[in-house]
Amino acid sequence: MTTPRDTGRRTDRSPWNWLLFVPIVLPLLTFLFNSDEPRLLGFPVFYWLQIAFIAVGVGCTTLVYRMTK
Amino acid sequence: MSAHTTELVVFTLLFLLVSGMGFVAARWRRPDNIESLNEWGLGGRNFGTWITWFLVGGDLYTAYTFVAVPALMFSAGALGFYALPYTVIIYPLVFLVLARMWSVSHVHGFVTPADFVRARFGSPTLALLIAITGLVATMPYIALQLVGIEAVLKTMGITGHLPIIIAFAILAAYTYQSGLRAPALIAFVKDTLIYVVILAAVIYIPAKLGGWGSIFDAAQAKFAASPNPADGITLNASNQLQYITLAFGSALALFLYPHSLTGVLASKNRGVIKRNMSALPAYSFLLGLIALLGFMAIAAGTKPVVGANGKADTNTIVPALFDQMFPDWFAGVAYAAIGIGALVPAAIMSIAAANLFTRNIYREYLNKNATDAQEAKVSKLVSLVVKVGAVLCILMLDPQFSIDLQLIGGVIILQTLPSVALGLYTRWFHKGGLIAGWAFGLGAGMWMLYLIPNPASGKAHFGGSAFSLGNFGFDTKMTIYAGFLALAVNLIVAVLGTYLFRALKVADGKDATSRDDYFADEGDPKVKPMDLTGTH
Repeated sequence: MTTPRDTGRRTDRSPWNWLLFVPIVLPLLTFLFNSDEPRLLGFPVFYWLQIAFIAVGVGCTTLVYRMTK
Repeated sequence: MSAHTTELVVFTLLFLLVSGMGFVAARWRRPDNIESLNEWGLGGRNFGTWITWFLVGGDLYTAYTFVAVPALMFSAGALGFYALPYTVIIYPLVFLVLARMWSVSHVHGFVTPADFVRARFGSPTLALLIAITGLVATMPYIALQLVGIEAVLKTMGITGHLPIIIAFAILAAYTYQSGLRAPALIAFVKDTLIYVVILAAVIYIPAKLGGWGSIFDAAQAKFAASPNPADGITLNASNQLQYITLAFGSALALFLYPHSLTGVLASKNRGVIKRNMSALPAYSFLLGLIALLGFMAIAAGTKPVVGANGKADTNTIVPALFDQMFPDWFAGVAYAAIGIGALVPAAIMSIAAANLFTRNIYREYLNKNATDAQEAKVSKLVSLVVKVGAVLCILMLDPQFSIDLQLIGGVIILQTLPSVALGLYTRWFHKGGLIAGWAFGLGAGMWMLYLIPNPASGKAHFGGSAFSLGNFGFDTKMTIYAGFLALAVNLIVAVLGTYLFRALKVADGKDATSRDDYFADEGDPKVKPMDLTGTH
């Protein structure tokens, strides 16, 4: 149980939150991945790199969650 | 018809199994009394990490994902892949926002986004606009789930509307009885089926088609041969901006839909939400693979089923691919996965829409002293009405048209962003400014949608969401997501309107929330159910 009134002390601010911008901005930079070559397992870079960004997203949100818990 | 007997039997058995689960769900994590919105509409507000993961996943990844996205890949190529970055962006984007929404709703007993707006800006009018916006944007979304089920039925050779009416009647009955517990329980089965089907599909089908490389090559060959300059397996100059704004705009819109908030508010603490924001992208991976089913269909030479009107229905492309590639019994499993995948979100959406009506129209304007039991009763009845409305949508409109309605739904729901999402961060906006912004944003959005033609279906208006910048007189073929521009108009008007109303000294509403409410967590003894008006 937390005390009911710790006024002004609680916040969700943290420098770690800036990390959340990485997976928001990265997938929108189409010039990074808008081509066919190099292929990976037959996937054009347009597809495999965007799928790889999922891992970046998971990594960043997990890290922020752990560090601000 | 006989060619599909095995598929039909498997599909029907699985469908009956989940229907049974839907009815039994009322007893799952059984409350003392289900006759309140907290119980019927939010499952007791007590779901942990796992249930929330299945529930939120179940309501974000819908028949639209399994049917419409691969269909778009099949016909337009790379542009359809926007669905992947969209679901990568969304979780970090709402990571902090949803935790705040959960806290303030937990403290004040909010059930809908309009409840929050009502308390934050002290304006029943603004809350009513937000509620109606949510209702209008949700309807076509539910109708779309029906399109998904119909696509499956069509591929099995079943035409006519009777089967879909029966399916929805069963859905309506168990939602009425069990509330949010029904889709939460069924979501487990749905996701298991979908994971099995998709994993099988992405291993088995490429192996039969000569590997991923040849699938992409086949897609490239098809788009190179097509007369449309905008398609291809990568983006081009005209649709790159559309891709970016569509991904970003869709991400902004998703958690404004009342049904996505329903799943979030049903979780038991802030940690559950934050953990889910890290774990939900597992679905994004799945979604990327599902989208590529569109290319597999190209490589396999799959032909969509031709409808009664003589036109090929691209919505059937994935079911048709499964029919072609899988043994009959497994195609039946796959069809059940798509069908049940449509039922879960339809149930959650109808519950969310019903809650909106009950809390922000019935309780606000019709019966101010409604008891918990009365609220639950009204919500249950409205959930039935909403489903009848969705069925009527399908019966009376061309399904192709309802997919356009879905795009319009996204443009509409985005107009609640300044009040709902920004409202969680700042009370700076004047309620009058927000109302003006909403009106202008909506107007601008509708005007742009009106100007968008669809050459494929020969319609001159409301043909999609890609607005050509050429309409502003620029010499360019570039297009942009209409919702994005409409939101910009909304924000500019809201800011200017706020300055104007301040200058004119128009009275603003009273804020019933306090700063600490936005960080409250499970265990804080501050829960005051039904506190909308700030009488403390």
